[in-house]
Amino acid sequence: MKSTQQLERQLKRRSKAAKLEIWGRLISLTALLLIVAVVVGIIGFVASKGIATFTSNHVNLWDFLSGKNWNPGITDAHGKPEVGALPMIVGSFLITILSAIVATPFAIGTAVFMNEISPNKGAKILQPVTELLVGIPSVVYGFIGLSVVVPTTRALFGGSGFGILSGTCVLFVMILPTVTSMSADALRAVPRYYREASLALGATQWQTIYKVVLRAATPGLMTAVVFGMARAFGEALAVQMVIGNAALMPNSLVSPSSTLTSVLTTGIGNTVMGSLQNNALWSLALVLLLMSLVFNLIIRLIGRKGRLQ
Amino acid sequence: MNSKTQNKVAIGGLYGIAGFVVLILLALLGFILVSGVPQLSWHFLTAPGKAFLKGGGVGVQLFNSFYLLILAMLISFPIALGAAIYLYEYAKDNWLTTTIRTAIEILSSLPSVVVGLFGFLFFVVKLHLGFSILSGAFALTFFNLPLLTRSIEDSLRTISDVQREGGLALGLSRWETVSRVILPAAVPSILTGVILSAGRVFGEAAALIYTAGQSAPALNFADWNPFNISSPLNPMRPAETLAVHIWKINSEGIMPDAKAISSGSSAVLVIAILLFNFAARYLGKRLYKRLTSA
Repeated sequence: MKSTQQLERQLKRRSKAAKLEIWGRLISLTALLLIVAVVVGIIGFVASKGIATFTSNHVNLWDFLSGKNWNPGITDAHGKPEVGALPMIVGSFLITILSAIVATPFAIGTAVFMNEISPNKGAKILQPVTELLVGIPSVVYGFIGLSVVVPTTRALFGGSGFGILSGTCVLFVMILPTVTSMSADALRAVPRYYREASLALGATQWQTIYKVVLRAATPGLMTAVVFGMARAFGEALAVQMVIGNAALMPNSLVSPSSTLTSVLTTGIGNTVMGSLQNNALWSLALVLLLMSLVFNLIIRLIGRKGRLQ
Repeated sequence: MNSKTQNKVAIGGLYGIAGFVVLILLALLGFILVSGVPQLSWHFLTAPGKAFLKGGGVGVQLFNSFYLLILAMLISFPIALGAAIYLYEYAKDNWLTTTIRTAIEILSSLPSVVVGLFGFLFFVVKLHLGFSILSGAFALTFFNLPLLTRSIEDSLRTISDVQREGGLALGLSRWETVSRVILPAAVPSILTGVILSAGRVFGEAAALIYTAGQSAPALNFADWNPFNISSPLNPMRPAETLAVHIWKINSEGIMPDAKAISSGSSAVLVIAILLFNFAARYLGKRLYKRLTSA
């Protein structure tokens, strides 16, 4: 009787392989959940710090978003602190949109060249060079901006040379390789027979590119551009080094101004945790975070629309 | 204009654009190397920095960069590997998996300055780690995790399902199949991904300014006890990396040769990243040849 029970237990016991399986599964799941926890943690922490300006310092949200004076240490005539973030928000958007406008034709042109006109030269020269440039650190771009772009702007347009224009130039070169390689991927995904059908109908190469390939690749190209914009919006150091860091409404492209990221990099270290000055900076970080979520959402929507077509 | 001339003009324009882009990129690389390489010397690469005088080096910063890179990789690789294995080998295709993938995508699209600020808030202030190598390594881990996870998952995807079926048909459990069959086959492309992400981590600065700090205290390279404050291995000391150094001396540096030092440091960074790139390609190909019969 006892021996059959023992036998039964022995037979029903988990094998070594089964135990290993459970362990492996558990460990890999833990790793995955850890990443999710990090994402939730980052968003939670930044959000809780960011809304403190509005909940504990009682700053009006609308005043924050539309005010033009950024001087958190000082109170204005009505006794309210001057925490108008509009100059930085405008600066960030301006620099992002301008650099995307400049970079898009070059990036898509290069991608078309790599993929449609001269695949040979594309694979041999352009591809490795763009891949390499994607990896160049942003501080190096900032340093080049500081030593080449800023003096050039100064010589051409006067003033200090720091400002939106210099920032745009630096960001243009920074996002160019990213947008180019993503656009090339989008073009590569267009089936070969689209081109063959178009050429067989007697269309020239340019007509094929313009009317067939680019149209078919539009969602992918848009994703590439939005991705470049997200990168430009979140770039901190390279921009901070060339924009001049004056929290003023940009009244020209060559006057010193600032972006959300540039104010954050220069300011966070110089303020006391928990003070209004510090909380206002965290609110800027929250705006930055929300914008990156919005860019993410746009990319998703484009992707979904592209799949439906 | 008939369509043939239009074709010629347009194609000519595209040649022009591609040529211009190559020109920009070559000018960029040329500028970095031409202005930077002459600054490089054994002294520059090994000597400690000087705050007010000429002739300082970047020895400490260079060491810090590598030390942080290794620590960040040691922390992030196992997590990314586990997450990628679960996502690709175990996870069912349902809403939960989609949500998790979205979360990872969000993490990868967060600006690195936000990741750095979170690291500052959580590790430096809340956990009282201070400006330290450890805080920096965690911030870099967060920065690196989504990219590395995705690249490892892509590597797993390249292994054909025949291999998985073969393992399961032999009576191996799923985990055994993954660890004995799939991972060895994926090693070359995983390694390529790891080296490429190492290049990105090496040049990252925005996530480090408020986590690993902006100062590089002198190190005693004869002291390898990690608990001594001047030991290079001490994980609790503040550590300015090469990338942070370039930013720092350009925004508030007061040494007379800041420009020369930044050119030299930029060249070191770019050359290091070139080497990472070449190593990734070369090792990937070589390992692939050795591990498979192809």
